[in-house]
Amino acid sequence: MEIYALLGFVLILSIYLGLELISKVPSTLHTPLMSGANAISGIALVGALVLSTDSNLQSAIAFLAVLFASINVFGGYLVTNRMLKMFKKK
Amino acid sequence: MSIFEDITAIQNIIYIVASILFISGIKMLGKEDTAVKGNFLSAFAMFIAVLATIIFIVDPVILLGGILLGAIIGSTIALKVKMTSIPEMVALFNGFGGLATFLIAWSEYNSIPDNYFQYLLVMVTLYIGGVTFTGSLIAYGKLSEKLKVAKTSIVTKIFTTIFYGSILFLIFSILLPFLPELGFNFFTVLLAITLLGGIGFVLPIGGGDMPVVISLLNSFSGIAAAFAGLLLLNNVLIVAGSLVGASGLILTVIMAKAMNRSINNILFVGYASVSKGSSSEEQGEVSPINVADAFLILESASSVLIIPGYGMAVAQAQHVVRELGELLEENGTEVKYGIHPVAGRMPGHMNVLLAEANVPYDVLAEPDDVNPIMDSVDVAVVIGANDVVNPSATEEPGSPIYGMPIIEVHNAKTVFVLKRSMSSGFAGVQNPLFFKQNTRMLFGDAKESIGGLVSEFKD
Repeated sequence: MEIYALLGFVLILSIYLGLELISKVPSTLHTPLMSGANAISGIALVGALVLSTDSNLQSAIAFLAVLFASINVFGGYLVTNRMLKMFKKK
Repeated sequence: MSIFEDITAIQNIIYIVASILFISGIKMLGKEDTAVKGNFLSAFAMFIAVLATIIFIVDPVILLGGILLGAIIGSTIALKVKMTSIPEMVALFNGFGGLATFLIAWSEYNSIPDNYFQYLLVMVTLYIGGVTFTGSLIAYGKLSEKLKVAKTSIVTKIFTTIFYGSILFLIFSILLPFLPELGFNFFTVLLAITLLGGIGFVLPIGGGDMPVVISLLNSFSGIAAAFAGLLLLNNVLIVAGSLVGASGLILTVIMAKAMNRSINNILFVGYASVSKGSSSEEQGEVSPINVADAFLILESASSVLIIPGYGMAVAQAQHVVRELGELLEENGTEVKYGIHPVAGRMPGHMNVLLAEANVPYDVLAEPDDVNPIMDSVDVAVVIGANDVVNPSATEEPGSPIYGMPIIEVHNAKTVFVLKRSMSSGFAGVQNPLFFKQNTRMLFGDAKESIGGLVSEFKD
């Protein structure tokens, strides 16, 4: 259980850090921030890669998890980049 | 130390480096000058985190195949999609992230949790991931206008009931180990009701409230990833997931504040059950104007403020709007755009559309910047916006939208309202702006009206 206490601490600290870091965002960046953050949530890919594949069902679940997390990662970063490239200063 | 332990140590160091890069990346994403770099940094962090994980991969063929296929599909969608469809693409990708965590939790359940805490994490991760998945799909459908279901329809009511049922069933599932054996496969029911519940969560939420829901779903996908990190004892998942959860939460709060409503009211109550405001039916006469007269007023204006809303997105008028803005500037008029945070259907919707039409972001101003100088504005041009310029929000305490921060165009010298008809906005509140002395209504399709003004300028 000790490990959960430690990781729980990391969780709380990271959320607090996130709230502090991004508290003021110009509205121009609302969509890109969301889209960029969304790409980061594709970090689930790291979790998906270590899933067990010891039965057909488990293999199928692991494969789909990797597939959808990858779509999220690649699609998310590319869309964010495309969007940010549009924003120009005068 | 065995080689295995060495690799684990290296892997953990890389995870820490990736976490730091994610933190800097998301911080830089919040500022205009550094946003592109921030996105790169976080993509790099993702790359090394995945690389460090592949060392331990169990079944390389299946999983690397999954990455490759996902890369092809994701990149194709991201590069082919039209710029104007980006809002719904973000919703769709968000849903896929949720689905991935849903599947992670499912797989971990099949591997039989070691202790109750793990079991609890499986249930919660599964639920948040699943609701994020189907909820985002519904948001995608609503944003892309492929899905049109009325809030009051029987379908919506059934799904809303399922949503509440799914919460009860989740609680039941969490308590299950303490209950006597029931002899039915509760987990299959949980999988199904979670996915259906996600539909019921988003289905009743109306278009104008979508910015809040999208931000919240964004936050959920991060929280689900962070819980999956707890489940798999993986620190980079926890850190990255928490950052996303936090940024989504901040956006949600910004959106809710911009509507002066609580998140609870937006998600579970909606405007319909707010008592109708005191505004009477008798509002007086509106003064219509035609394109030719509007042109004459614009031509002699020295400052113009353009306020776009969802109507501009629907009419796809952003390109002609930019053209009009440029012609006005050539004519010596100062042109600014007043952007309300909840104009459109997702956070920053108007900014993306105008950027797509090549409007530089430094002429886009927020309500707090334009309201103090509103009386020096000669013409405020409202294009398909309604609730965000409704003076009831400041003048009528009985109005459902009273207290909502608005762009106070009624204080400008002249207001043009481009509108298809006299129908009220998303909130269903009549807009007294249309009946003000200084307001002129330019009826018709926004793209055609602006196009008319553009050709007048060119002649």
